[in-house]
Amino acid sequence: MNLDKVPEIIARYGADKTASLAILQDIQAEYHYLPRAALEVVARSLEVPLSHVYRMATFFRSFSLNPRGEYVVKVCLGTACHVRGGPAILDTMERELGIKAGDTSEDNKYTLEAVRCVGACALGPVVLVNEHPHGNMTRDEATKLIKQLSSQEGAVQAPEETPLPRASVDLTGVPRPGK
Amino acid sequence: MFEKVLLRNAGVPGSERIDVYLSRGGYQALPQALARTPAELIDMVKRSGLRGRGGAGFPSGLKWGFMPTDPAITKYVCVNTDEGEPGTFKDRQLVEQDPHQVIEGVIITSYAVGAHRAFVYIRGEFFDGMKRWVKAIADAYERGYLGRDILGSGYGLDLSVHRGAGAYICGEETAMIESLEGKRGQPRKKPPFPAQAGLFGRPTLVHNVETLCNVPHIVQRGPEWYAGIGTPKSTGPKIFCVSGHVNRPGNYELPLGAPLREIIFEHAGGVRGGRAIKAVIPGGSSTPMLTPDQLDTPMDFESLAQAGSMLGTGAVIVIGEGTCMVDVTRRIARFFAHESCGYCAPCRVGTRRLAETLERVETGQGRPGDLDLLAGLCEGIQGRTFCPLGDAAAAPVRRSLELFRGEFEAHIRSAC
Repeated sequence: MNLDKVPEIIARYGADKTASLAILQDIQAEYHYLPRAALEVVARSLEVPLSHVYRMATFFRSFSLNPRGEYVVKVCLGTACHVRGGPAILDTMERELGIKAGDTSEDNKYTLEAVRCVGACALGPVVLVNEHPHGNMTRDEATKLIKQLSSQEGAVQAPEETPLPRASVDLTGVPRPGK
Repeated sequence: MFEKVLLRNAGVPGSERIDVYLSRGGYQALPQALARTPAELIDMVKRSGLRGRGGAGFPSGLKWGFMPTDPAITKYVCVNTDEGEPGTFKDRQLVEQDPHQVIEGVIITSYAVGAHRAFVYIRGEFFDGMKRWVKAIADAYERGYLGRDILGSGYGLDLSVHRGAGAYICGEETAMIESLEGKRGQPRKKPPFPAQAGLFGRPTLVHNVETLCNVPHIVQRGPEWYAGIGTPKSTGPKIFCVSGHVNRPGNYELPLGAPLREIIFEHAGGVRGGRAIKAVIPGGSSTPMLTPDQLDTPMDFESLAQAGSMLGTGAVIVIGEGTCMVDVTRRIARFFAHESCGYCAPCRVGTRRLAETLERVETGQGRPGDLDLLAGLCEGIQGRTFCPLGDAAAAPVRRSLELFRGEFEAHIRSAC
């Protein structure tokens, strides 16, 4: 695996220990998950134990330590989506994709996740495909959505990854803990 | 008809742009605020009666007053955009559609407490909100509303954005501070409170986005005008996020104290398919449910407390007749078990046992005594956890058990 981008990402934050969360997010945006080798690079560059990086990577739910599909399909099961039929949508997705929530398809095309409230309750039930929301889902709509994604042949364009905006002001001058 | 205050720009084309904000009277409170002393501003906010909109309802002026006034002490302000309470989508709208209103509130607030550095902590899932924040901050710098010597006043403020990564607990202020420092988002022991020792050990004021949006209006239109909205103890406008089985889900801004019935029927268009209401969650998933006979409850801090619930974030989830309440309760319990940070045993173990037991009951595997077990677990969690997440998990389960005991008992006999 080509991890050339990792030192570049770390350099953006000037190897600042307090930026570890932002660094991990940028790495995940690049590779769709956190490869172990990348975590090792982060630990070495920030001069922290690998266990510290691992603590972060396992605490925050948006990180994955396993490769994920090109399309990450998230079905919202927050209370509002739940009462409007979220579980039926998840059920349909599991059937259409032939995988269970939390799994990735063998061809690495899809990852299916059941997620907590995504804060778009007025559109419930909501499905996110690579963070792009599809609201007012029905079983039929869910089937159609997967058909559409599946018909996009071959090299599907990289997920519509938002170019990750950097913090607009650097933290120079802000005291660091332990210093 | 109530004239919108916080959402007055929402829906206006290009409302997120600085020029549109300016053309609609934006950034006019700022020079007025900078012409006053910090003490005057703190007094104005105290007199307005503004209370935090993130869930706890703590008086904002009092919170500002806790910050040390010595200018030699470095202080910080944090903008809590980690909106995660299920059913809540107001801060998302405020940030996506009117980010400059929030920024104006942040500048005035920071000036009032003597902070020259402010941090936005935004939920990782809010990609659009993040982009809007970054653009709005850049524009505010360019026009001289941020940076050194704001509007020639000699006061300076820097503001930057930081993303969360999918942890509900980071909405709790001390957990958010930990995360901003580059650590796991585990809550801290209080005291010391953030106003004494917060971010990087410095006095820190943490406010919810909606709370901050009120500040420019209080400065511009006066605390007496503000205190005239709502009820004597719950003043000002409030955004209610209405979802679930209603015809027109969405954000509705009304004075605090608006009756729940009016919100559901006049604004959100009533219940889908004309169904009867079975239960209403008044303030997000962590608040205990209300029953149809409580629809006349005014939506303010005191009335909801009296009704045995909480205003929370003002996220109204309407549940229609025909919904399985055991399933709803199981879903809520599962959410909190998933989001428990794992630090203290009553929460880590308690929320998991709640979820497991409800799973069993929902799927028809329930055992006699499970309902007592659930009640006992709630008892063991409430008031005994390190941070409020435990209470947030136990209170809705306990209420649901009280209200729908028959339904739970029927499930133990056989699944629905």
